[in-house]
Amino acid sequence: MSASHAHGGLPGSITDVGAGWPAWSEVAEVMLLRGGYNTTVVVVGTTLLGVAAGIVGVFALLRKRSLTADALSHATLPGMAVVVIAATLLGGDAQNLPLVLLGATVTGVLGVLCIQAILRYTRLQEDAAIGLVLSVFFGAGAVLLSLIQSMPGAQAGGLEHFIYGQTAAMNAGDARLMGGIALAAVLAATLLLKEFALVCFNDAFAEVDGWPVTRIDLLMLALVVVVTVAGLQAVGLILVVAMLIIPPVAARFWTDRLWRLVVLAAVIGGLCGYLGAATSALLPRKPAGSVIVLTGGVLFLISLLFAPRRGVLAAGVRRVRLRLRIAADHLLELAFLGGGDAVGAAELARLRRRRGWRWWLRPMLGWHLRRRGLGRFVDGGFVASAAGLRRGRTVCRNHRLWEQYLVSYAEVAPSHLDWTVDQVEHVLGDELIDELETSLRQRGIDPRGVAV
Amino acid sequence: MMMLTAAWVEFDLALDLFPLAAALLAVVTCGLLGNYLVLRRQSLMGDAISHAVLPGLVIAFLLSTSRSGTLMLVGATAAGVFTVVAIELVKRLGRVEPGAAMGVVFSLMFALGVLLIEQAAVRHVDLDADCVLYGQLETLAWFGAPPTWGELWAWSTVEAVPRSVWLLLVMCGVSFAFVGLLYKELRVASFDPELATSQGVHAGAVHYALMVLVAAATVASFEAVGSILVIAMLIAPAATARLLTDRLGVQLCLSLAAAAVAGLVGYFGATAVPVALHEANVLPGLFTGGSVNAAGGMTVAAGGLVVLAAVGSPSHGVVARAWRRRRLGREAAVDDLLAALYRRRERGESLTTPADLADGVVYQPARALRFARRRGLVEVVSPREALGLTGAGLRRAAEVMRRHRLWEDYLVADAGLRADHVHDTAERFEHLPLSPKRDAAVDPHGRPIPPPHDPAG
Repeated sequence: MSASHAHGGLPGSITDVGAGWPAWSEVAEVMLLRGGYNTTVVVVGTTLLGVAAGIVGVFALLRKRSLTADALSHATLPGMAVVVIAATLLGGDAQNLPLVLLGATVTGVLGVLCIQAILRYTRLQEDAAIGLVLSVFFGAGAVLLSLIQSMPGAQAGGLEHFIYGQTAAMNAGDARLMGGIALAAVLAATLLLKEFALVCFNDAFAEVDGWPVTRIDLLMLALVVVVTVAGLQAVGLILVVAMLIIPPVAARFWTDRLWRLVVLAAVIGGLCGYLGAATSALLPRKPAGSVIVLTGGVLFLISLLFAPRRGVLAAGVRRVRLRLRIAADHLLELAFLGGGDAVGAAELARLRRRRGWRWWLRPMLGWHLRRRGLGRFVDGGFVASAAGLRRGRTVCRNHRLWEQYLVSYAEVAPSHLDWTVDQVEHVLGDELIDELETSLRQRGIDPRGVAV
Repeated sequence: MMMLTAAWVEFDLALDLFPLAAALLAVVTCGLLGNYLVLRRQSLMGDAISHAVLPGLVIAFLLSTSRSGTLMLVGATAAGVFTVVAIELVKRLGRVEPGAAMGVVFSLMFALGVLLIEQAAVRHVDLDADCVLYGQLETLAWFGAPPTWGELWAWSTVEAVPRSVWLLLVMCGVSFAFVGLLYKELRVASFDPELATSQGVHAGAVHYALMVLVAAATVASFEAVGSILVIAMLIAPAATARLLTDRLGVQLCLSLAAAAVAGLVGYFGATAVPVALHEANVLPGLFTGGSVNAAGGMTVAAGGLVVLAAVGSPSHGVVARAWRRRRLGREAAVDDLLAALYRRRERGESLTTPADLADGVVYQPARALRFARRRGLVEVVSPREALGLTGAGLRRAAEVMRRHRLWEDYLVADAGLRADHVHDTAERFEHLPLSPKRDAAVDPHGRPIPPPHDPAG
């Protein structure tokens, strides 16, 4: 089965309703790039495009240009329409892909220039400028499209592919063109990684250091243009921006280093392109653009939730841990101050109320303290172990040290102390406490004098 | 069928009444709410919402299998609100840049919508993404329309009003009520959220109320005019008004006017312009006499209004600002010319010809001379073309020189600069309508500082 098995355009032109799930052998063929020449070229081309979009998108993201790319892609519509109109009027081939893409590039760039002009010459903000260009250019495109539809002998159908994207409508030549453009973008971005990084992170420094900042910036923008235009046919102009945004945003969760970010974004982008094109070749009614974007969405969600440091889950665990440690500190300090090792039920209830413990905190705290051998809850009260009492003593000492420090040096009124101290005593490292103690000693204050 | 035919506007009661009403209601509603989006720098929220309601529409459509259900409105509004919340969450939880967060969320939602539509198409359900993009104004035509305007005032007219026009009417009313009742709250929350919070206005609640309303307005406008026009109308009229005024109340009124004008021009232009071009035989292969997409036409008209305002606004327009800058440059050049003549006179060089001014001290001497003569500041005594200051010219020259030398004195005495370093700075400052308060009689170079002009003496 090849890509020409192609369901037609959008709803309405579809006839092969009955196609079901493909056999495993078929899946393997397409996935392993043995599903016929056409399909293979399309899959490879789209994968390359995904890689290019991922890489170029990193710089667009760092330059905060994600939505400029959206305006750019919407602004390509009138250009394509003009080319089709001109070709039809002059009796040429209205489906000539390079020409159509050239038209797309011209109005796309024009749109970006309009944004720049609006920002430079009027008081409108960037969001309004982007939204204006996006909607007005697309509106002009819609006007031209309706003109094409009323023209005798013109096929507007070809342009519909560019709005929602359709890999299946591509032939091998189109796919090669797209792949070639993508390859060029990848090469340029790889070779100029250092220059791009410099301009993205500190353009003022780059300027002072003698780099041609404007030209480098224009080149980055040009790469965005190139990838957007190349992606029109596969993904469609509404969704092509997602290929630029989603992979870098997803990759950003996993690393803080630029080259890793670029590689990861390239991998994620490539994966999206590969799965999108393969799925669209195998299943009817799975438009590649949507599949590509939704694959990216799944990877984004996984990153958002499960990334080790920046992920939501990791952040949640960190927060719960901190809460537990703070609650444990309060409890152990209370046990230490009580003189014995036990905290009674009434006192515990008061602590819970005062510190606003959530319902889940008490059982988790029991587990937390038991695991560390700091103490255990018994009959509604709490009994600290020897280690727990030692910890309580430390906490108490930190508390007093901080109070003393804030009163002596930060000029905080004694009546305001409790709240401030409570914020910091739990997050101090041992080194900082030592340092604090030393500095107090140097200033002639004996920390033991204030410790219990 | 009754027709109202102006020079180029054709109004057909049956074909145009409800589509025009729907279009105008939609653009006015969006235009009003858009003011707050533009002021809060959230214009693209409208863009995001209008892309992202697609899956909500499709799911509701699949559940009810009809396009006219209230379920669709509810589903799409829910999707819109979900989008706003999701963007906020991605921004906050993932620490993602706002623009990128918006892009991620709305493109995912839109992709889901397109995929769902394709699945729906399997079941031979008639719903396509095109009508979401461009709208379907023409389906609102009223086939049983009365033949005359007089018969329009009957109960049957009310019964004939299509559901989507009712919906837009309600949304329009709700939006005006919202803005009218919460005018103060919206204003303070838009310009200064912290101040709003300190005054007891819940800025977050205002924000979400606005977003819900934008989502609902977007959805209500969808069926008639499509999402592209919605995005344009949320931004363009407000942007037009913002270029014309600094006052919020005026801006609201101007944006409503701009929205209405764009709606009317776009709606009628979509038919009139191609027909006129067809009749004028311009590109006969292209303009075959049919009309173009009205929603697209209104979008382009709205964009045109922004361009007009950006170029021609008396206060913030490109032309007005260029004109002001030019005038300022002219005054500075005249100042320089007068000062140069004054200095030559001071040095005892009695005869000055225009050729003497070409030494680079005066910027654009010929232009400055032309204006100075026109204003009666400089006169040319004819046989040898000698330039002389008139009484008014001498007074103004003395003012300029006084400012120049007072600034020099200040820069040396108080700012601690060396006497040979102050001329260039003073040369710029002398054009400002202010001078330092000093009572020196001579400047650092020993030249007299002219006394202030006394109108009585």
